[in-house]
Parts: sequence; C-alpha cells; structure tokens
Amino acid sequence: MQKFSGFELFRRALGGHKSWQPQWRNPEPKAEYDVVIVGAGGHGLAAAYYLAKEHGITNVAVIERGWLGGGNTGRNTTIVRSNYLFDESAGLYEHAVKLWEGLSQDLNYNVMYSARGVLMLAHNHHDEISFKRHVHANRLNGVDNEWLTAEQVKEFCPPLNIKSMRYPIIGGALQRRGGTARHDAVAWGYARAADSRGVDIIQNCEVTGIRRGPSGAVEGVETSRGFIRAKKVGVSAAGHSSVVMAMAGVRMPLESYPLQALVSEPVKPAFPTVVMSNTIHAYISQSDKGEMVIGAGTDAYTSYSQRGALHIASHTLDAICELVPQFRRLRMLRNWGGIVDVTPDRSPIIAKTPVPGLYVNCGWGTGGFKATPGSGHVFAHTIARDTPHAINAPFTLERFRDGFLIDEAAAAAVAH
Amino acid sequence: MLIITCPWCGARPEVEFRYGGEAHIARPADPSALTDQEWADFLYNRTNPKGLHAERWRHMHGCGRYFNALRDTVSDFFVTTYKAGEPRPDIDGSSGGNP
Repeated sequence: MQKFSGFELFRRALGGHKSWQPQWRNPEPKAEYDVVIVGAGGHGLAAAYYLAKEHGITNVAVIERGWLGGGNTGRNTTIVRSNYLFDESAGLYEHAVKLWEGLSQDLNYNVMYSARGVLMLAHNHHDEISFKRHVHANRLNGVDNEWLTAEQVKEFCPPLNIKSMRYPIIGGALQRRGGTARHDAVAWGYARAADSRGVDIIQNCEVTGIRRGPSGAVEGVETSRGFIRAKKVGVSAAGHSSVVMAMAGVRMPLESYPLQALVSEPVKPAFPTVVMSNTIHAYISQSDKGEMVIGAGTDAYTSYSQRGALHIASHTLDAICELVPQFRRLRMLRNWGGIVDVTPDRSPIIAKTPVPGLYVNCGWGTGGFKATPGSGHVFAHTIARDTPHAINAPFTLERFRDGFLIDEAAAAAVAH
Repeated sequence: MLIITCPWCGARPEVEFRYGGEAHIARPADPSALTDQEWADFLYNRTNPKGLHAERWRHMHGCGRYFNALRDTVSDFFVTTYKAGEPRPDIDGSSGGNP
C-alpha cells in the first residue's frame, strides 16, 4: 500500500502525480476463503479490515453485487453521534465514536471526521424532559451530552430561528463529539486498508445462494461468478439482508423501507453544526463541499426501489424552511433514496444465526453510518471467535424470541 | 406519490392511506399454546420479499377500512387490491406495469 503523507504528496507532485497506483486490487474470486463477507458497504469492509488487522484472518473475500460503497454507505447523511438512551446502545455507538476519533490515522486515509457537534432541538415540554433524560442517561454511560437553553442554542448555531415559528425552540441537547464524516472516504479507506492486508474485494458479483452441507453448516456462497467455498459467511447486506438470509432459510425480523435524503446547491459555510428536530421532523448539516445535506423520513411502505415519494421530502423541507428561514432561497440539487432494514425495536442485529458458520450484521435501519467502525469491529470479533464481543452480545437474533428488546424506537433522532 | 385503488372508494392518492404491514398474518387461535419462537414469528418475523408483497392498507381519510394489496416492491407497482378476508389472488411474476 502506498502510504499517504504530506511528503509523499509533495514527492509525487514533482512527478506530475503520474505515479499513483490504484488503491485496491480488482481480483478474481479464489475457490475458497476462510471468511466471505456479503456486501462491500462500510460495515462489511470494516469487518474485513478488522478480521485481518485484529484477528489475523486475511484469507477473506468481500463480495459485492454492485460497486463498493454504492449502497447505503453512499446514500446516508453522514452523521456521527452516540447519544442513545439505553446502556446497550450507548455502549455500541460510543465504541464507534471512539474508533471514529482515530480512524483517519488508523487507516492512513482521511475520512474527514468532523466533531462539529450534534444538536437535537426541543420544541415542547415532552421534548425537554425526554432530552434531559437522554443527557443524564448518556452522562452515566460516559457519553458526552449537555442541555442548552434556547439562547445557548442560538449562540451555538446562529442561523436557527428560535422564536418566530409555530413550534418555537425551547432548548436542545448537544453532543459536542458528534458530527459528520465523509461517507465515501470511509468505504474507500476501509477497502484500501483491507486490500493491503490481503482481503479480496470482489465487485460486480451477486450472491445468488448460500450452500449448506448435510449438517446444516454453511459451505459457501453461490454467486453470479460461480461457487465460492467458505468456512464462515458474514452477511452485511443492509436493505437486502432479508433476501440474503432467506437463501439460508432464515426468516428475519426485518422490513426494508425507502429512506430519502436530499442536498442543496453548494454555498459558502453557513451552517456550523448538525441540527436535528424530531418534533417538526428535520435534520440538516453542511457538507465540506458546501451542500446542505437534509434527511427526510422513511416512506410508509416496504420497498426495494431506492426511491420514495415527493411528499416525504417536501414535508422535511417545510420544517427546514421554518427552522432556518434563510435557506428558503436555496435550490435543491438532487434527492435519492436508500433501502434501510428496520427491526421491530430499531436496534441492530450483530450476531450468530441458527445456521452454523453464518453470521449476520443487519437491522441498522435509519442510522447505520455512524456505527460503521464499531459495527465492523465487533462483527469481526463475532466471526473470528464464533462468539460475540461484550459490546454486541445483547444484539442477538434471539432477543425477539426471548423478549430482551432494546427499544430505541423513541430514541432515534427523528421519528421514522 | 403512489395511486392506490381502494376496493370500496376507487383510486386515491397515497396520502389518504395508512400502511398496515404484511397481510395474511392471522392472530393465533390459541395464544397460550404458542412457544416463544412461534410468538416471535407472529409478532416480529416478516417475509420482506423483493418482489410481490401481500400487504394491508387502511383508507384512513376515506372509508376508514382495511384492505389488502399485492404490490411489487421493486417497482412499487400495485398489481391488484382486494378486500380484507379474501384470499391472496393467485398472481405471480413481475408486474409488467409502470415502474
């Protein structure tokens, strides 16, 4: 792997930048791997990277139907935070935030993690007591979160309109270590780092079946490029998790919904933080390119179409215009949808499955990007050791049978 | 926005309806006889197919009644809608309709 550094940039500049090499190989699939990961999104690539780095398992393939990072990794609103209510979730998401903080150095790839703060707005008494409860729960778990008054909110984020609106802002919960990261760079950084440790990333290769032996254990995956034998298979297929798991005969507590986002034309730096409002349903941040990145809600119905209805996006824009009146003049550049796999308790599943040798990391629903490093890290542990890490131990498939739900539904930043 | 044909009221815009999830999941006749796994299957596990999906809709801002629909989850095209209590129509394959 070519190491990136200021010196290297300077040296290659002298040669007219003609000596840079592709950052990962494009290998043909081998006949057999120790571990096959299905899905080359951020979570899958991160799992492959940590398998190689922390567990010494380098005979790994990441198989991707399209191109790496082309699914929800390339479609989200790039927000990072860990201010979840319950102990289990706080542990999981805080694990990820801690990895985010050193990720660029670890990968030698600038993922542009920017701890610009995540501010959740309260518009009524219910919001206030709910957020204060979150603040206290977070602080007990060692997660930074603080309550701001309306005036402090205005001071922290001056573009906000706090008074002259239907639901005035009465305060907010601020996680200063929250922020954004560059989504594509996360996929590319993990791909490059995993590849350099020997992981094969096989794109344009669709998994069409999961082969099981007489004992029921996984033997490998059927793909559009032939059968690939594998001792272990990790499914990290986001919105298509139900489809892939059905190939192994496992019925999942998942439903896949379209989740939309949109960006404005790029403008000069005008919005300093990430702002979320559950009550009027809006969340917004400004990318380093200058676009306002706006997240809408999920559509009402399950779908694999990667698009949704205009009234969903329009509803969010109504709220944005009221929250930040100066943005009324912004033109929206493009909008899109991703397919998010939602569990009944809105918490992910990172676990072993009833099928020996088959592991699953899914159910991230509307908020998986923020967890990418932590999710990959504990999933790799689960696959390598055949037993979950303490952090993901509660996030089993069996919790739906045994009644140990981690009901974060009301704790999401905005209702979906 | 989807145009959905309510079996009683006819074609109406999506905003008049509320989605009701997968159809034909009958409440257990003898709930106390169920194992935990059977409860999980009833409450939580879903088919979530990529393709034809039998699902419930409720015409909230119309007649207020539940009905079922067959929709292709790849194209979001409604193949048909039918009244609650009727069996799932024997239709398979792709929608062939507008994407």
